[in-house]
Amino acid sequence: MNMIKSWFSHHDHDNARVGELTPKHYTNPYLIGLLLGLVLLSAFVIMGRGLGASSPLSTVVAVGVQKISPSSVEGNAFYEGYLGDGTENPFKNWLVFEILGLVVGGFISGAIAGRNKIMVEKGPRITNNKRLMYAFIGGSLMGFGAKLARGCTSGQGLTGGSLLSVGGWAFMLAVFAGAYAFAYFIRRQWT
Amino acid sequence: MTAPFFKFGYFNDEVSLIVAFVIGIFFGFVLERGGFGSGRMLAAQFYFTDMRVFKVMFTAIVTAMFGLFYLTWIGYLDLSLVYMSDTYLVPQVVGGLILGVGFVIGGYCPGTSGVAIATGRIDAILYALGGFFGIFVFGELFPWIEEFFVSTHMGNINIPTLLGIDYGIVLLLVLLMAIAGFTGAEWAEKIMANKKKED
Repeated sequence: MNMIKSWFSHHDHDNARVGELTPKHYTNPYLIGLLLGLVLLSAFVIMGRGLGASSPLSTVVAVGVQKISPSSVEGNAFYEGYLGDGTENPFKNWLVFEILGLVVGGFISGAIAGRNKIMVEKGPRITNNKRLMYAFIGGSLMGFGAKLARGCTSGQGLTGGSLLSVGGWAFMLAVFAGAYAFAYFIRRQWT
Repeated sequence: MTAPFFKFGYFNDEVSLIVAFVIGIFFGFVLERGGFGSGRMLAAQFYFTDMRVFKVMFTAIVTAMFGLFYLTWIGYLDLSLVYMSDTYLVPQVVGGLILGVGFVIGGYCPGTSGVAIATGRIDAILYALGGFFGIFVFGELFPWIEEFFVSTHMGNINIPTLLGIDYGIVLLLVLLMAIAGFTGAEWAEKIMANKKKED
């Protein structure tokens, strides 16, 4: 256990700048990238598919809308895609289980590192309420954008990217372009 | 050829859900280790102070890309059985731009918000609620945007086919691009660190 711990935190110089953010240091990004790539590769080899993250959110929305107003999902190809033909529970889905695992894995890692803490992530120049409002707005844009793009940073970026998908690469470049173009306007939130 | 295991019927749907859960655990663990449970850490990418989003993403892509290529080359994996979604160029670019703006405003992307919620970040809960709202809006508007959604369909196409270049050559080009990007990222971080010292 100690060996694993030291292996994961021996790149101290890499984290020195963000020391105030981190109770314990994060792992070297290239090592993390290598491990993440191997997780992705194992999904390809075992399942014949990559990773994803935005589709389980859509399943929740589709099921919710159907519960509240069954008639409004009929004939809507978007909702119907997530609800299936009604013979199976929509939550009995590969990506739904993958995301449940992701939450568990994130919690375990945070617990080992002492980083699990109830808090709001923000820069020093903004109030908590404002930050929470921005988080909601950002999340809404993400939800809309991910649906339009047929995937998010996991499904199109990582998965599509490593399969050399044309759409995956176009999407990923657009994500970075959009974020860099807007970063200046929202800088008070983070810096 | 023996992989992908699932496609060759080595296990059924029920087992595939357990596989999903286990792969998810590793996915979440690695993301948290990398600092992706922190919105500030993720947003730092867009202010050039910590470029780990870029470094992690591209190292992961290069690793998986070469892994796929190698396993296909030795005849272990049938790449044609690995699912890749179709390209719809314009909606994907527009969706990417919107998601990118949402990323820097919200501080997360969908997967990282799951990790952030698991580690207690309240803003990530609001982000996910926003995500539900955004998807709901998309779903309700779908009949009006469906035409745009299915426009510029290019089929199941990858970069080597599009450009008519050998798969291996594209791999090398991506690797070179990644190395150039990493060099640039290290350089940008140094400049920003020095700038901070002067302030």
